[in-house]
Amino acid sequence: MSEQLRFTKEHEWLLVKGNIIRLGVSDYAQNELGDIVFVDLPSVGDTVEEGEGIAALESVKAVSDVYSPVSGEIVAVNEALEDSPELVNESPLDQGWIVEIEVEGVAQTGDLMNKQEYEAFLKGV
Amino acid sequence: MRYLPLTKEERQEMLETIGVDKVDDLFTAIPKEIRLHADLDLPAPLSEAELVRHFSELASKNNDLQSSVSFLGAGSYDHLIPSVIKHLAGRGEFLTAYTPYQPEITQGVLQSIFEYQTLICELTGMEASNASMYDGASALAEAALMACAATRRELVVLPASLHPEWRDVVRLYLESQNVSIAYLPYDEATGLVDPESAEGISWSEAACVVVQQPNFFGLLENIAPFKKVAEEHGALLVMAVDPISLSLLKSPGELGAHIVVGDGQSLGNSMGFGGPSLGFFATTGTKLIRRMPGRVVGETVDTDGTRGFVLTLQTREQHIRREKATSNICSNQALNALMAAIYLSVTGKEGFRDVGYQSLQKANYLKKRLLEIEGLSSRFSAPSFREFVIQGSVDWDEVNIRLAEHGFVGGLPLARFGLPESVLFSVTEARTKEEIDSFVNLLRGLIS
Repeated sequence: MSEQLRFTKEHEWLLVKGNIIRLGVSDYAQNELGDIVFVDLPSVGDTVEEGEGIAALESVKAVSDVYSPVSGEIVAVNEALEDSPELVNESPLDQGWIVEIEVEGVAQTGDLMNKQEYEAFLKGV
Repeated sequence: MRYLPLTKEERQEMLETIGVDKVDDLFTAIPKEIRLHADLDLPAPLSEAELVRHFSELASKNNDLQSSVSFLGAGSYDHLIPSVIKHLAGRGEFLTAYTPYQPEITQGVLQSIFEYQTLICELTGMEASNASMYDGASALAEAALMACAATRRELVVLPASLHPEWRDVVRLYLESQNVSIAYLPYDEATGLVDPESAEGISWSEAACVVVQQPNFFGLLENIAPFKKVAEEHGALLVMAVDPISLSLLKSPGELGAHIVVGDGQSLGNSMGFGGPSLGFFATTGTKLIRRMPGRVVGETVDTDGTRGFVLTLQTREQHIRREKATSNICSNQALNALMAAIYLSVTGKEGFRDVGYQSLQKANYLKKRLLEIEGLSSRFSAPSFREFVIQGSVDWDEVNIRLAEHGFVGGLPLARFGLPESVLFSVTEARTKEEIDSFVNLLRGLIS
């Protein structure tokens, strides 16, 4: 199954595998937030609506909500973040993933940016 | 903070600076037709001597504990208050401090709050306490809301043996947030709640089950069944406890409580016609602590490595999280919490236990003596702590009026709470055997 990495204007990334979407924040986002000291994770089994806050990243500077770009059900949370929130800083696109959401049918990611588009978008930020 | 009066010249200078002629000009934005165009109808000013006389006359109409012997409790208790509390808490540094949270200038106040939190943790067996809340009832309401947020459920299970006025406060908080309430009935004979035998409770939807210890009737609830149903259904166990009872009872932490709240008035705070009081709030485990409402003082070190105190975990609070804050509470009852902290420090482990032990023994002595009076019986069979309910075919309101004529404050008639012919008595360590005996003799005369 092919994997697609997509980015939102809110600096989140989505790794799409069929109807499972893994969600995290971009390297740009973690850099802007500063050292993450706590990640408030949702529970597996929670249902989420598109645009709803599903997690909160607490840094030494601020608390930022992570919004779900899709509607679906939380099927996994990155429990490693409970003890090691710094993974979001150290490995935002890999070990610092936050949740996995199962969507109904095939995930619609057409209006999201691919890597090149996101990099171009960042230049305008 | 001092009060700095304003001179006429200073006032004029301020008005000139902002570009108006007189104070009245500041109110021109308020439409004329809704403004009051006359002076307030107030009496003429009084001299100092007249003022003192006036208020002394008003005060003499009040009944107070200097001139009466009280057997009234039901949420506010006449425990002894060591006079050192008044002298320490009354110091200007504490008494006049407003929002004393800036670590740069108020290390002393922050440390006193930290000490208070530490004492509450030791008392409740919890890991973290907040800096205090308004009173026990609102702390319980906040605990219920926190349980809903933590479990993402919208049902709160309350015991019918909860103080009815606390129940009203909790209901007021919850009904505007679409949280439902279910009630666990108490047994008519024992006066206790058995959560396992309650019918019609949608336990799988319950965010928490609440138990008050001792309950409104002064009776000691059996906590284990509450813990069991909470555990079985993934609900939190919230205990509303009387702090004095913790001098003798197992701590809520040992009993498996997730959130512990209570009213701290009995810890060195005067009854003060019902307030101000303080609510304490404690919880345990990182996840729940992150959801705790209210301010929290934490210990840290400064750049030189010196011990210091700051507000901590502020990301829960509304000045950072806005509408996602765990609560709208951003204040505490600092002075009342300070008095509670001093109380616990000066009574000490032994003294504090003695307060609980004497209250228990003296309450049971009064109970025993009252049951010797023909026509009076114990309303409930379960063991009681500092309060108990007596039943008798007596006009208790009338009896209380007669008792007051003799310098006694009687118990709380429970007819308005659905228990006709019943009255709730409270006895603290402050009562002497002589007072209790006189009270019993008087009461015997009044009702036979």
